[in-house]
Amino acid sequence: MSFAKFLAVLASGAFFGFGLALSTMVSPEVVLSFLRFQDFGLMLVMGGAVCVTVLAYQLAPRLLGRPVLGGQFAVRPAVLDRPTLVGAAIFGVGWGVCGVCPGPAIAGLGTGNWAMLVALAGIALGAYAQGYLQDRKAP
Amino acid sequence: MFLSLFPTGWGHYLVGGLLIGAGVSLLFILTGWVGGMSTVFTSTWSWVSRRPFFQHARFVDTRAWRLVFALGLIIGAGIWWVWMGPVGGLHTDIPLWQLGLGGVLVGFGARLANGCTSGHGICGLSSLQMPSLVAVLTFMATGFITANAVLYWGGH
Repeated sequence: MSFAKFLAVLASGAFFGFGLALSTMVSPEVVLSFLRFQDFGLMLVMGGAVCVTVLAYQLAPRLLGRPVLGGQFAVRPAVLDRPTLVGAAIFGVGWGVCGVCPGPAIAGLGTGNWAMLVALAGIALGAYAQGYLQDRKAP
Repeated sequence: MFLSLFPTGWGHYLVGGLLIGAGVSLLFILTGWVGGMSTVFTSTWSWVSRRPFFQHARFVDTRAWRLVFALGLIIGAGIWWVWMGPVGGLHTDIPLWQLGLGGVLVGFGARLANGCTSGHGICGLSSLQMPSLVAVLTFMATGFITANAVLYWGGH
C-alpha cells in the first residue's frame, strides 16, 4: 500500500467514524431504541449514507474509468443463498441483544466507551467461529 | 407527526449519515475498494491463524487496508469526542453480558452472511443488489423481534 493510499483509506475511515459518532449510532441505546420503534433516526442515517454512496458507486466507474489512486473499481459480490439468509437472521438477533454492529463497535473505542471492547471481542470471537466451522465443513 | 418519529431531533442523524456515505464514497473513488466493516473481523485473523479459511486471498490481500480503515474509524470518532463529545467519554448502561453475547452472534452472523449494516446496508444497497436488500430486511426483522423480546424479558 502506497503512502497516498494509506492516507486516503485513513481519511475515508475518519469520515465514516466521525459520522457514526455524530449520528449517535455508536450508542447501543440509540440503536436499540430504533429496534423498539421509539426513534426512527437510524433510517435517516442509513438513508443519508446510501444517498451519497449510490451516487459514488454508480457514477464513479462511468465518469472516471479507474480509481484516482490507481487500481480497479471493485464490485461487491452478490449472492442470495442459504448462508446469506441464515447469517443475516443470526446477525439481527445479535444486533437486537446488544445494539452494536461492526462499525460502531470499532468507532465506539474512539469515543472512550470502553464497554465496547466487550462487544468488539465478541464480534472477533464470532467471526473466528464462523471461519473455524467453514473449515470443518469444506477443508 | 414527523417530529414524534425523532424525539431527539433529526439533523444529527441526517448529517451523520451523509458523512458515513462520504467516507465510503471517498474510499471507493480514491482506491476502488468497497468498505463494509465486518470483513476486517475475519481478515485480521489471517495474521495469527494458519487455518486455510483465513488464508483466502480475499482476506490476506485486503487485511492491511481494512485495518487502516478501522483505525480511521477510531480516529474519526476520536475527533468527534474531542470536538463535541462528553469529557469523560461515552458510557453505556447495556449489561456486559448483552454486549458480549450479542457481539458473538453479530460477528458470526455478519461473516456468514458476508455483510453487516454497512456491508449489506450501505455498500450492498448502493450497488443496487437485490441479495443485500433481502439481507437488510431479514436482519431488521430479527433485530426488531429480538430487541423487543429482550425488553419484554427484563433486559436493557
